Amino acid sequence: MTLAQLIFLAAAAVTLVAAIMVVTSPRLIHAGLWLILSLAGIAVLFILLDNGFLAVVQVAIYIDAIAILIIIAVMLTRAVMSDADRQINRMGLAAAFASLILLAGLLAMVLQVPAASPAPLVEAEVNLDALGRALVDVDGFILPFEVASVMLVAALVGAILVAMAPARGD
Amino acid sequence: MSDPFVTIGQFIKELLIGLGLEAALTAVLLRIVGAAVLGGLVGAAAILTIWAERKLLARIQDRIGPNRVGPYGLLQSFADVLKLITKEFLIPRGADRYVFIMAPLVVVAGVIGMWAVMPLAPGLVGTEINVGVLYVIAIGAIGTLGIMMAGLSSNNKYALLGAFRTVAQMLSYTVPMLLTLLIPVMLAGSMGMSTIVEAQSSAWFILLAPLAAIIFFISSLAELGRTPFDLQEAESEIVAGFHIEYSGMGFGMFMMAEFVHAFTISALFSVIFLGGWQGPGVEAFPLLGLFYFILKTALIYFVVIWLRGTFPRLRIDQMNAFNWKFITPLALVVFMVTAILDKLVVQADFNRTAVHLGSNAIIVLGTLFLLRAYAASQRRRKEVADRPQIQHSEAAGD
Amino acid sequence: MVPLSWYLILAAALFAVGIFGVLARRNAIAILMGIELMLNAVNLNLLAFWRYLWSDNLTGVVFVIMVLAVAAAEVAVGLALIISIYRRRSTVVAEEIDLLKW
Repeated sequence: MTLAQLIFLAAAAVTLVAAIMVVTSPRLIHAGLWLILSLAGIAVLFILLDNGFLAVVQVAIYIDAIAILIIIAVMLTRAVMSDADRQINRMGLAAAFASLILLAGLLAMVLQVPAASPAPLVEAEVNLDALGRALVDVDGFILPFEVASVMLVAALVGAILVAMAPARGD
Repeated sequence: MSDPFVTIGQFIKELLIGLGLEAALTAVLLRIVGAAVLGGLVGAAAILTIWAERKLLARIQDRIGPNRVGPYGLLQSFADVLKLITKEFLIPRGADRYVFIMAPLVVVAGVIGMWAVMPLAPGLVGTEINVGVLYVIAIGAIGTLGIMMAGLSSNNKYALLGAFRTVAQMLSYTVPMLLTLLIPVMLAGSMGMSTIVEAQSSAWFILLAPLAAIIFFISSLAELGRTPFDLQEAESEIVAGFHIEYSGMGFGMFMMAEFVHAFTISALFSVIFLGGWQGPGVEAFPLLGLFYFILKTALIYFVVIWLRGTFPRLRIDQMNAFNWKFITPLALVVFMVTAILDKLVVQADFNRTAVHLGSNAIIVLGTLFLLRAYAASQRRRKEVADRPQIQHSEAAGD
Repeated sequence: MVPLSWYLILAAALFAVGIFGVLARRNAIAILMGIELMLNAVNLNLLAFWRYLWSDNLTGVVFVIMVLAVAAAEVAVGLALIISIYRRRSTVVAEEIDLLKW
């Protein structure tokens, strides 16, 4: 067993255990913190996949922005749903059954994948220069890139509009 | 002995291989040793900077400052650390035990992690990754998470308020900070910290982008939670903010994280805008680079302390308005102008420094003009608002 | 080297855990957390395939970046909706938000 495999197993175990805690933890704040641990495990796996850039982006976007936003939202809405309340709805068993069936189906497909040997990368790391050019290249990904930026602006404006305090007399 | 750091590394490596270790394991061990030494040194530097800060603040406020323990009070911080270590680490009733204990660790880890990519001297850098600037931003914001954890787990309303203030402040000031960090990245053509330093061999980026440097400095002060942005631990409003329930070394770690963070931001500023280890004679003696780096960092750190001793605290609405209505739009304008001009300079073969300096001067003039117009309109509005009020009070007097 | 199938198994497990969270949790914010887990599983899959099979082509990486952008937008709008509902109806329980379900 090589070092990379050991790191993979450790990171995978942390990610998976943290993910299970996210969906089962009775206290929502703890669920948010477990979510952060799970996302950090994914970042480690990104580094193992020779993509340090996306690992850093994962930390910057997911942990620093999304997870903190989620925790703030949990804090803001904590008053109505105390941690002693039931957290799993009445279809909990059915949901567990459904996700287990999904897992079985996915595993059945995954195990058919031939054990591909890793293709040699042109460079050791992801080529950031090529990535940057591809994102704004007419033959590359300029359309999705621009659409994504428009979508982000729309989400920004929409979120502010939706979350704004309702006008008086509403 | 052209490069002492490589020599030391080679020596330890050969020693370990001589002891019968595998080469791959040795490389990993060397990394761990290097990280421990760097982290330890940065932590130890905090003890010194605490002394310097207390002494300087005292002088600014016409006091003498620590002067009992050791010469010039130099050992005062050691005495404080000893005191904090021997004190009990209390966990309040109703606190979220594990989160409460983890919070100071996360804050310290986030700050010390930033040093992993800091180029200290030519060839002396923890690890050179091609997304260094992004890494610094990502790891630096982990501290926000730690502060949030402290606020949530303390079971104390002041701690919670402090944590909310911190998160609001840090999340919003990250926007101008990122925008201004992109300008040196554009000028150097790389996000790697060493490459940015090497790109400043002819002209420091503070000459090419003075406005970006100022905006970066202000927003990193806010990120630090230093005066005038120390709303998160405003004593007169929310007692001590997020670390109100911490005692003993838990409190000590928050304090240490704060001082190391201030020092780290100074180091980051000197790397990105003041050329890091660049200086005369660096090619011949790499160790001189370390000296230049520390000198520049100390200079910036002095300015941070100076501001702390000079400015009063902002109100929370002023803090937010300053960010969203002034700093962020300005950073956007500077960013766009720099991007366009830098492309034009490359094509038209102008003097790069002169063009960027000129464009920055024009932006400053434009900003001042706009601010003046805004102030004039505010004055006019205030006059209009005041006029009927005076008549009203006269009528009441009659 | 880590075999490709390990990544795929982990991603499948993560996706299943995420979908359990979405289906079973009562709190709307917890449902959002489940969605985040599912998106991350997809990202892991995309990147593993990129690294092992198409590393000369940047499509996988660009796809991951798009997923990150969508996730950011989704969380912003989703949390805004939840907070708006909380303001008007003081609930964050998904099964109580059923005015349209007649």
